[in-house]
Amino acid sequence: MKLNDAVWGALLALLGAAILWHVQGFPQIPGQNVGPALFPGILAAALVVCGTVLIASGLKARRAAASSSRWAVAPEWLRSRPHLLAFAVLVASNVFYLVAVGRLGFLPTAFVYLAALMWVLRVRLAVALPVALVMALLIHYAFYKLLRVPLPWGVLQGVAW
Amino acid sequence: MSPAWAEAFRLVFDPYNVLVMLGASLFGLFVGAVPGLTATMATALLVPVTFFMAPIPAIAAIVTATAMAIFSGDIPGCLLRMPGTPASAAYTDEAYAMTKKGQAELALGAGLVFSAVGGLFGTAVLMVSAPALAEFALKFSSFEYFWLVLMGLTCAVFISTDAPLKGLTTLFIGLLIAGVGLNNPAAFPRFTFGSTELLGGIGLIPLMIGMFAVSEIIRYMVNTEGEALIVDKPIGNVFKGMWGLAVKYPKQILRGSALGTLIGALPGAGADIAAWMSYAMSKKFSKEPEKFGTGHVEGIVESGSANNSALAGAWIPALVFGIPGDSITAIVIGVLYMKNMNPGPTLFTTNPQNIYAVYLLFIIANLIMLPLGWMCIKVAKRILRVPRDILMPVILLFCIVGAFAINNTAFDVMVMLIAGLVAWLLEENGFPITPLILGVVLGAMLEDNFISSMIKADGNVLAFFGRPIAATLGALTIAIWFWPLLRRRRVRAAEAPAA
Repeated sequence: MKLNDAVWGALLALLGAAILWHVQGFPQIPGQNVGPALFPGILAAALVVCGTVLIASGLKARRAAASSSRWAVAPEWLRSRPHLLAFAVLVASNVFYLVAVGRLGFLPTAFVYLAALMWVLRVRLAVALPVALVMALLIHYAFYKLLRVPLPWGVLQGVAW
Repeated sequence: MSPAWAEAFRLVFDPYNVLVMLGASLFGLFVGAVPGLTATMATALLVPVTFFMAPIPAIAAIVTATAMAIFSGDIPGCLLRMPGTPASAAYTDEAYAMTKKGQAELALGAGLVFSAVGGLFGTAVLMVSAPALAEFALKFSSFEYFWLVLMGLTCAVFISTDAPLKGLTTLFIGLLIAGVGLNNPAAFPRFTFGSTELLGGIGLIPLMIGMFAVSEIIRYMVNTEGEALIVDKPIGNVFKGMWGLAVKYPKQILRGSALGTLIGALPGAGADIAAWMSYAMSKKFSKEPEKFGTGHVEGIVESGSANNSALAGAWIPALVFGIPGDSITAIVIGVLYMKNMNPGPTLFTTNPQNIYAVYLLFIIANLIMLPLGWMCIKVAKRILRVPRDILMPVILLFCIVGAFAINNTAFDVMVMLIAGLVAWLLEENGFPITPLILGVVLGAMLEDNFISSMIKADGNVLAFFGRPIAATLGALTIAIWFWPLLRRRRVRAAEAPAA
């Protein structure tokens, strides 16, 4: 998604202003003129300035060229159904992983995760399913057994190895 | 031999370490040769694994993998006209033109041999200059460090990006991200919004895995360009004719290596910019500039040595000041802190054996690059046929598990995924990511030195220029800030009469 610089500028200036407002609540250090608000305050003010300049340059570019006159330009992948699907599955599979890994366990979650991503990249299922299984087992072995990372077992707790 | 050097040799030639270096070499060669996987990504992917190693093997893995990846990035450039890593992009067209003329072995050989030469040159500079700089840096107070960090960040924004304004914004965002949590001079919890996980700040490692690895995978998933075709021509002996090239182009090799080391040492500018600049330089000073772009090896010799020497050059400010020279050393600094090898001048006095070991690692990595690179070229066509539609999901899962492994929290995984999405979105819109990463890495250092300088100065701004070195660094930094404005005015003045 390509947005006009002015849109980015407005967002960044807004962010800077919000931070500036937020740091006003930070405490003062008695007897000192520098507190925890000083450094982020300077940065936030700088962000507001940068955002404002971006708004100006974005508006200027909008006036100058007809091609960049839209506020947002949809890149090619947004108009291509397979790529749109790939992006949707990418986001969905990651959300699924975060939600499911605790209860379902690493191995089943990782299998579904890999299979879904390979499916959307149009790997044949006859290849994708076994590869997803082997890779999930391999990564599990490397991290759980060799590096001792406590990946959750979930539903497979009873048969944990 | 001094005991520290003997200890360094023992550390480096430890069987476990040798094994790690071999494994990391193969990994680096593979990652570099697959288009879409970068040397920085190789480093980010290595971090979760190195987390479980002793300091020297951890550094060994990163040094060897990156050296190999920067070289093997030349391979798909040569055979597919697609750079394997951004550092090879400068001479991809040239190498591909040579392949079409049937000179693939000459292009690959030049890339391999002069990568190693450049890498060794950069290492030599690192060995000579780092200890000298460290001795100098021992005298630095917070004022000098404040200016040094600020100058580093300034270089990163103004020299290494073509959009300084957007670079500045991402830098400020990075510095603000570094400010999250309790880790500030006043130890006041900032921007935590009541979350206990945010008290410790946003983890550097998950952030970097997200920004350098996950973002690349998102880019691959939505990439609408078709696959490139592999040139199917036999590749002969890549070492043939290399001595002839070395005799013919000694000045180019030296110039490329020197420029590469220098660019590498500048914060924010790494191997890719070194390659672009030295390719342009080579063309400018060449006796036959008209041959450039038609499959002429001279530019490959010069920029091939430049991009590998930049790798070593980037370690100079990283080890001495804790200021990363490029995005790879930005990750390395995170690893050094994890391993209690905090970068800074004292690293050279308290633990010299570790520093000597780093030198040795660089030398070995650049030497074993020759046989391993030769092997890699032999199997190159098979690596290029690796189905990336299978590889990318597996790498993404590896990233998730790797981010989880650092602290065993799902929070880090979330940070990584969001960082990847944000980095991809920013880059799509022309915002450079490197300033952001440098901001996160250097934020705490900048704030600490700024606050202690402010307290020492007690409201007197002139104190920031009160010491000779601080004054010089400060003046230089401010000069770089105003340089683009001055240049624009001069360009305008030059254009005015013409119009």
